[in-house]
Amino acid sequence: MAFINLTSLGKSFGPTQVVRDFNLALGKGEFVSLLGPSGCGKTTVLRMVAGFEAPDQGDIRIEGQSVLRQRANQRQIGMVFQSYALFPNLTVAENVAFGLRVAKVASAEITPRVNEMLDMVGLAAMKARYPYQLSGGQQQRVALARAVASRPRVLLLDEPLSALDAKIRVALRTEIRAIQRQLGITTLFVTHDQEEALSMSDRIVVMNGGRAEQIGTPEEIYNRPATRFVAGFIGTLNVIEGQVGREARAFLNCAGGRLALPGTFDAVAGEKIAVAVRPQSLRPCPAEAGGLHGIVRHVEFLGAFTRLHVSCGQATLLVDCFARDLAATITVGGPISLTAATEDVLRLSA
Amino acid sequence: MSSLALHRLERSISLWLGVVPFFVFAFVFLILPTLHVVIGAFTRPDGGPTLANLSGLLSGPILSALWASLRISLWTAFLGTVAGLLVAGAVTRGGLPPALRDAVMTFSGVASNFAGVPLAFAFIATLGRLGLVTVLARDWLGINIYATGFNLTSFSGLTMAYLYFQIPLMVLIIAPALDGLRGEWREAAESLGASGAQYWRMVALPVLWPSLLGAFALLFANAFGAVATAMALTGSSLSILPIILFAQIRGDVLQDPHLGYAIAFAMIVLTGGANLIYIWLRVRAERWQK
Amino acid sequence: MNLKRIGSWAIFSFAVLYFLLPLVGTIEFSLRARRGVYSFDAYRSVLEDSQFQQTLAYSVILSIATVILGVLIVAPTAFWVRLKMPRLRPVVEFITLLPLVIPPIIIVFGYIRLFNTSSILPLTGSARGTDFLLAAGYATLALPYMYRAIDTGLRAIDVRTLTEAAQSLGAGWVTVLARVILPNIAVAILSGAFLTFAIVIGEYVIAALLNRPAFGPYMVWMGSNRAYEPAALAVIAFSMTWASMGVIQFLARRTRFTKV
Repeated sequence: MAFINLTSLGKSFGPTQVVRDFNLALGKGEFVSLLGPSGCGKTTVLRMVAGFEAPDQGDIRIEGQSVLRQRANQRQIGMVFQSYALFPNLTVAENVAFGLRVAKVASAEITPRVNEMLDMVGLAAMKARYPYQLSGGQQQRVALARAVASRPRVLLLDEPLSALDAKIRVALRTEIRAIQRQLGITTLFVTHDQEEALSMSDRIVVMNGGRAEQIGTPEEIYNRPATRFVAGFIGTLNVIEGQVGREARAFLNCAGGRLALPGTFDAVAGEKIAVAVRPQSLRPCPAEAGGLHGIVRHVEFLGAFTRLHVSCGQATLLVDCFARDLAATITVGGPISLTAATEDVLRLSA
Repeated sequence: MSSLALHRLERSISLWLGVVPFFVFAFVFLILPTLHVVIGAFTRPDGGPTLANLSGLLSGPILSALWASLRISLWTAFLGTVAGLLVAGAVTRGGLPPALRDAVMTFSGVASNFAGVPLAFAFIATLGRLGLVTVLARDWLGINIYATGFNLTSFSGLTMAYLYFQIPLMVLIIAPALDGLRGEWREAAESLGASGAQYWRMVALPVLWPSLLGAFALLFANAFGAVATAMALTGSSLSILPIILFAQIRGDVLQDPHLGYAIAFAMIVLTGGANLIYIWLRVRAERWQK
Repeated sequence: MNLKRIGSWAIFSFAVLYFLLPLVGTIEFSLRARRGVYSFDAYRSVLEDSQFQQTLAYSVILSIATVILGVLIVAPTAFWVRLKMPRLRPVVEFITLLPLVIPPIIIVFGYIRLFNTSSILPLTGSARGTDFLLAAGYATLALPYMYRAIDTGLRAIDVRTLTEAAQSLGAGWVTVLARVILPNIAVAILSGAFLTFAIVIGEYVIAALLNRPAFGPYMVWMGSNRAYEPAALAVIAFSMTWASMGVIQFLARRTRFTKV
């Protein structure tokens, strides 16, 4: 049985339905991210699990028991906020000890536990400092230590890295994941940053307009997006519209030429469909090989790779190549032919 | 002097020229008079230094006036702090419509300046022997408030009048501090298992404490230095320290001009000290609100 | 409606009662001059009183003089500190806070001792001299508010750039101040002016101890000699203060929309 079960959750604020028919099951120790643009309802789902919002429909069960009747302070959760929310009048150690003091744990037990937590986040030296004396990254680590100090059964993180600098964000997300693995806490993580979600999660829930569009492992989400929204939200995407070839279903005829379709493609001959191809899946090829023909409009040097903007019919396709793979003949305004491996051509359903 | 040095001197003179009028004015009309009074507290009529003036403060009528001033200032500061905190709390986080908050803040901005003669008249018109409330209490409720020993021109009457500008002042000071109590702190505390009362006890009140104490100090200083309201309300009959000083300045009723200096010095020390406490606590509070 | 909200409404209602009753009581009392019936007799008596007119006129003129004196002292200083001597800022701000700390009665005490007939500056020796002293005292009292208003106004316009632009076009300091800076902080100055007006009109201690025929001492005198007129006076004084505050709020709102 799942550790946490969210069934048919729904929530409205006034006339706006913010979460609709949301279902999710988390296994014990699993790290699941809720990913989506602003306003997609991910934070609301998190706050409902925490107990700060009450769902209008649906149920939330932790370890089999419904928690809807319980107030936030009874649910045994740990929460990390985007703005850290450290108590300014307490030192770092006192902040971390807060949950234990509230639970009336004996002082003799609190101190070693606090030290253990601070060691885990690497801030033992800051024990006696006050929050205003710490940097953003340090404050967030204290917030994490505070949230897990009383051994909650669920850890909830509400965009904890959004307020931090890029470099610190990258460093901290590795730390958070490592600590989560070490403690084995079931974790729900809200973010709008797909890189974070992809790199940290066991599974990702891509949300849009209050609904879960797709739930899957990072690999599934990235390589087999179920809807156009998911495909567009994760990574960059080229959308190619065309018509399935009448004579040979193995090809898609479109403005610039034709694209080979995978054998397992589910389409009727002559059907008008849209497919998606990632920029790194498109490769230049000799003109005689068929494929898509277009004109190079712009070349962007992006360090690790080079991005070509190719106009192909009405659309502009983005093509990412390693610099050394580019032939010297690629010039702005010159012609180019592109091809893609059939397994990289993704059917877009919606 | 070399022409370069002369030029530099010219430049620094012209630099300072812009602020000279201000400093001269402040010196002549603010600092010098105050210093004169402070020094006078320590000088004998013949010019020599002495502490006798200060010890004169500890004699009969002056001491009781000092005590009366302390009592009313502490009392109105305390009541004003509590009442102002309740009103500010009700209007910022009590779930009342936001428009009420703006109205209350605007009113407080005006009312905190109401101290003085018109305020005294307003209270006489309301709670005096023929005042509206007195009359209504007698006609509608059958209660004669003056029979209970209440007298507008007494300590309790003055307290009620002082609260009229003390409470708004408190609201003005504490509302921003209440706003500074971030909602996430409460949620964080809840997520850690704390009840509402525990949150207030362990986080909110400690964070508010410097602002509360500082406001109390400011209210104390405010009440201590108030003269006009008391005089308009009670004539010169109520002997609080500023009124004694007033009478002394007017007509040397104490038969010793330097005693006046001593009284003034005592007032400066008390109000200045209270203000310093307020400023120090405010700096501390703001540091946490970063 | 939960408990917290009920409690808030209760507190708010008590507050409204406490703050509204004296205002209502004053108005009601002021209408009782004629026995048995409400009338404006007290107001008529006050407005027709020559003493009222004279002392009010005196205080109004004095407040204008105070405002002019205050602006002349504060505006150049605030401007200079902001532009040329930012290190002096804490010192200047400390001085402008002193009038809030030192009770006015002490300041006037110092005036009387310092500027009496046997000193270098025998201001109290003549009526005009004392008037000037009174204006100086009021300017001192208003210093914190004036400085804050003008400083805020200066902060809102980009003083440095405006000055440099004017100088590049050949303007000297006086021209810069008079033609460029002052007009642009006019609204801020007006706010400070109305606040000064409100302070001066009701002020009692300094005017009384310096023995000048100002509005404050007049009100106190009426308080001990008349029954119903003081209430009318209070209503008039409150209205003037409210009107001043209203103008300040209005001005504040205007700057928000007309600021470039």
